[in-house]
Amino acid sequence: MLLIPCPWCGPRPELEFHHGGEAHIARPEDPSALSGTEWAAFLYHRGNPKGSHAERWRHQHGCGRFFNCVRDTVTDRIVVTYKPDEKRPA
Amino acid sequence: MTQPFRAPSGGSVRGDRPIRFTFDGRGFDGFEGDTLASALLAHGVHLIGRSFKYHRPRGIMSAGSEEPNALVTVDRGGGRVTPNLRATTVELYEGLIARTQNAWPSVRFDLGAVAGFAAPLLGAGFYYKTFMWPASFWKRIYEPAIRAAAGLGRAPAAADPDRYLHRYAHCEVLVIGAGPAGLAAAKAAQGRVILCDEQAEAGGSLLSRLETTIDGVPAAAWIASGLEDRVTVLTRTTAFGWYPGNTIALAQRVTDHLARPDPGLPRERLWLVRAKRVVIATGAIERPQVFPGNDRPGIMLAGAAETYLHRYGVLPGHKMVVSTAHDRAWFTAFALARAGVTIAGILDQRQAVVEALLNQARDAGIPVWTGARVVGTGGRRRVRFVETEGGPAVIPCDSVLMSDGWTPSVHLFSQSRGKLRFDPDSGVFLPGVSAAEEQSAGACAGEFDLAACLAAGHRAGGGSTRTFSVAHEPRFGAPSRPSPAQPHAKAFVDFQNDVTTKDLAIAASEGFRAIEHVKRYTTAGMATDQGKTGNLNALATVAQLTGLTIPDIGLTTFRPPYTPVTFGTLAGTSRGDLFDPVRRTPIHDRDAVFEDVGTWKRAHYFPQRGETMHEAVARECRAVRGDLGLFDASTLGKIEVVGPDAAAFLNRLYPGDFTSLAPGRCKYSILLGEDGFIRDDGVIARVAPDRFHVTTTTGGAASVLHHMEDYLQTEFASLRVWLTSTTEQWAVIALQGPRAAEALAPFLDDIDLTTMPHMSVREGHFAGVPVRLFRVSFSGELGFELNLPADFGRPAWDLLRETGATRYGTETMHVLRAEKGFFVAGQETDGTVIPDDLGLGWTIARRKPDFVGKRSLARPDMRREDRWQLVGLLTADPAVVLEEGARVTGADRESLGHVTSAYRSATLGRSIALALVAAGRGRIGTTVRVPMPGGDVTATVTSPVFHDPSGARMTAAIERLPGRVTRNLVSRPATVPTVQPSTEVAMTLVPAMRRFNVRTGVNLAPPLRAAGHTALWLGPDEFLVLDDKPPPIQADSLVDVSHRTTGIRLEGPRAAWCVNAFCALDLGDFPMDACARTLFGKAEIVLWRRGETEFHIETARSYLPYVWACLEEARREFLPAAAPR
Repeated sequence: MLLIPCPWCGPRPELEFHHGGEAHIARPEDPSALSGTEWAAFLYHRGNPKGSHAERWRHQHGCGRFFNCVRDTVTDRIVVTYKPDEKRPA
Repeated sequence: MTQPFRAPSGGSVRGDRPIRFTFDGRGFDGFEGDTLASALLAHGVHLIGRSFKYHRPRGIMSAGSEEPNALVTVDRGGGRVTPNLRATTVELYEGLIARTQNAWPSVRFDLGAVAGFAAPLLGAGFYYKTFMWPASFWKRIYEPAIRAAAGLGRAPAAADPDRYLHRYAHCEVLVIGAGPAGLAAAKAAQGRVILCDEQAEAGGSLLSRLETTIDGVPAAAWIASGLEDRVTVLTRTTAFGWYPGNTIALAQRVTDHLARPDPGLPRERLWLVRAKRVVIATGAIERPQVFPGNDRPGIMLAGAAETYLHRYGVLPGHKMVVSTAHDRAWFTAFALARAGVTIAGILDQRQAVVEALLNQARDAGIPVWTGARVVGTGGRRRVRFVETEGGPAVIPCDSVLMSDGWTPSVHLFSQSRGKLRFDPDSGVFLPGVSAAEEQSAGACAGEFDLAACLAAGHRAGGGSTRTFSVAHEPRFGAPSRPSPAQPHAKAFVDFQNDVTTKDLAIAASEGFRAIEHVKRYTTAGMATDQGKTGNLNALATVAQLTGLTIPDIGLTTFRPPYTPVTFGTLAGTSRGDLFDPVRRTPIHDRDAVFEDVGTWKRAHYFPQRGETMHEAVARECRAVRGDLGLFDASTLGKIEVVGPDAAAFLNRLYPGDFTSLAPGRCKYSILLGEDGFIRDDGVIARVAPDRFHVTTTTGGAASVLHHMEDYLQTEFASLRVWLTSTTEQWAVIALQGPRAAEALAPFLDDIDLTTMPHMSVREGHFAGVPVRLFRVSFSGELGFELNLPADFGRPAWDLLRETGATRYGTETMHVLRAEKGFFVAGQETDGTVIPDDLGLGWTIARRKPDFVGKRSLARPDMRREDRWQLVGLLTADPAVVLEEGARVTGADRESLGHVTSAYRSATLGRSIALALVAAGRGRIGTTVRVPMPGGDVTATVTSPVFHDPSGARMTAAIERLPGRVTRNLVSRPATVPTVQPSTEVAMTLVPAMRRFNVRTGVNLAPPLRAAGHTALWLGPDEFLVLDDKPPPIQADSLVDVSHRTTGIRLEGPRAAWCVNAFCALDLGDFPMDACARTLFGKAEIVLWRRGETEFHIETARSYLPYVWACLEEARREFLPAAAPR
């Protein structure tokens, strides 16, 4: 069971969390201005890297907050977690 | 009873405490401290079972958990039957009953042994080759016959009557294995330390080292010194699995070694230990030698014989041959000779052996042959002689001790994703590159010198470099490398699966190279012992056969569990009533037949005496349409949306227009995903300009809140609005039917129904109790939904029954809504349906510039003419009810869609159905065919609204009403069964109190307790305030949730232990007044530490019975023994 450091609550057991897909995919300001192809890319196209991956998690059964997390998809190690309004750390 | 093979002295068994047991119905005696294997050996019993495939006689090969042969069934009575237990790990207790397996009529005369004569036909892959034709025979004849002939013990048929518990634990250092390295590590480690070992006592190999001293202290005394208090020592506890986050699963066998266990104790306990660091000190397993006939009873690992001698005072035989390729086994021979055993000879494969050993053997009168090996054995049920090469042709004996060297136990290291490396010097795999926070020490890391093992353990545990002075320990050279063996049909590599070197040769000759392929073709390493003794021998042999090296062939993957774990241990309390929480509404009228909806129990229908379900539903439907019905809708999801931007938020999230919705009015709305497809639906009421009461479907409550929080926190974060789940705060009673207003009005203290149009909401009082009253209808009749604080739900239900209303359940609710063409999310929708498909395009405020899903609805595919649309179907024969899910087909049998709902309608006096049909609205009036099991059924396509298409019945104006009647409801809070008192851990229900969910944009850090209120921090902007009155906090959102949760107080020295039976938090790092929302089993709770030994647990009221029962399970072992359990 992973130990996930929630930016608000500190390290907590994986059971309390809910995965929320790839991070840093902002909803377009004006979706109606997007072409079908652009909209499809926003809706469905996601990265699937081997290695570092920025993804969203929610501390569903804890503080309820969404946050971002860089996780290594090979080792399953969590590199860093940060609040949703923060930039991905280098 | 004499024990002819019990040594006159030695061993740590209690010779003064005899224990009686039976083996295959025959009575024996042993001593306290014996295993089943040691006690049987003391009586000279070596024949324990028959082998898996060839039914060959098999005995006891080892003294530990690696045992491949000596598998027995132990029957503890009352359905407590465990098959496939290794006799070497079954501890003796008074009255133990054990049986042999896979033999008929008996293990001595086993008819199945004829399989031995067919052995030439039964080699690797035989079933792929021999039973090819005819194909149909495989399933019916060959497979059942093979399964009946092969196999091990039989699984018990009765339900397991024992209890099992789980436990979460945390520590700085977990040490796995309490041998010399593990003990040294545990003694050196700081902080919380857990030391576990699969054996009944700590010590490992030190238990057999009677004369050795460590730092001047005898080994036996050194074991326990320095462990007291600091270290949690778990014996009979196997670390069987390594999971991410340094989480190690331990299986602790709590009661199986006891004749009369305390019924409060669980049989086994699963520990999930999260360790900052792990020291793996799992030792090494001795390898058997591979020679023809190496499986006969009486042939044993040399180290096992030493263990039986030193720990149990048992001699495996009186005349032994020792066959080896390294020094260590010589010392075993010397020790046995000193104990009075005749050593008929030592055969060492090496040409040269150190002079000291040869001298000592000569002094002891032991014949020695170097450069010699065993090439055959004889004896029917026990070995009687060996044939040698390089020694005498035949040496008579009654047992053979063999040793091919030692294989480090790298299983857990490999499970931790560590990379193994092949060590060419020793010929074995050793831990290489670590992937987790762990360190291997001792024999599992390839270190076999005692002083070096102790030093490595000490360092791994966190100690500084130091040396241990070890005395009276024999000096011996490195263990031998695995030696390949010649193909032979009776030279066994995997004893449990009956795999021989000949099978490996077949695999090699057929082109298999990778060990993973060889394993699957021959089944080597696939039995319950997972090849602990055999895998490396198989590798060495395959390497020789193929001309490759061991690293080329590779190693099979080590997977959990290390040794078999019972299903009961894995399941823990998650079975029967506690498999899932059983959630009941505050009303839960027991006159109903209930159905499971998610984890809820919902009233399905209310049968009267002698009624069938259809009769009851028809009566209930007629009552709602013609008179008055009463329905428990408490499971509906409810979310309070509060804040100045509440309307703006809902406007972005839902397709409807909420800015123009006046306070006091409701709006029906569908919730879309960003992909435009329907997720959920519900009624949204504007209670105040900045306060909305949103309802969701029963199943959608959690996911809709999650969806809302997602957008609110990440996309619309600038909006000032806060969400609070109020599902469990309110009991909901639907009052539906022409008489609804007339029946309800007398009990309303301050609400005038004549001012309430359809789709409106009022706050006021019902029989003295606060009510949020909706005028809404899911039945198509005039109707109301009363939202009452949950504790008043049942009293209000009982009061409303006095109006003569007919209670109805979910089945009637479904029929009524289908008659009106109202869809149910998940029944009419499947994640591909958009509002227009259901004729609900009118719910969309198309002028809004944006809302979630709007862009997707503009895709060309969403506007296609031939999309599936919701229609009604009327069968030609009104008595025929279509099957939900049945296909709808056209004239040419082309598929047009499918039936989504179908019922008998009492209102219409016939069957009705809803269906999604391609371009369905254009087909109204046409005929379709629906294939059913009895043949095609013809149906006419109609509008989906079968009843009151104009909606006049539910929108009717309310005019004259009867006068008020004064009634005052008395609350009925949730209750729990009374519990046994316990000073170890007491459990009580906290009396009813006011609770407020406070959301604030200001990052408030209030003192936890001030001015008589307690604020529990739930998140950065969320507090649960326990108080008698609204708290003096500047709140952006204040929601009364007094009835949503119930408090449990847990107090006593074992309180934390009981919490950790279900909660994964580290309570060692959870100080006084700390609080957290977390999980407790499958329930969400708020945990608040009120003192060192006192916890307050808040649980949603529907989860209270589950949480309470879980705590009762955890408490049972701490109740006074006299109390009933």
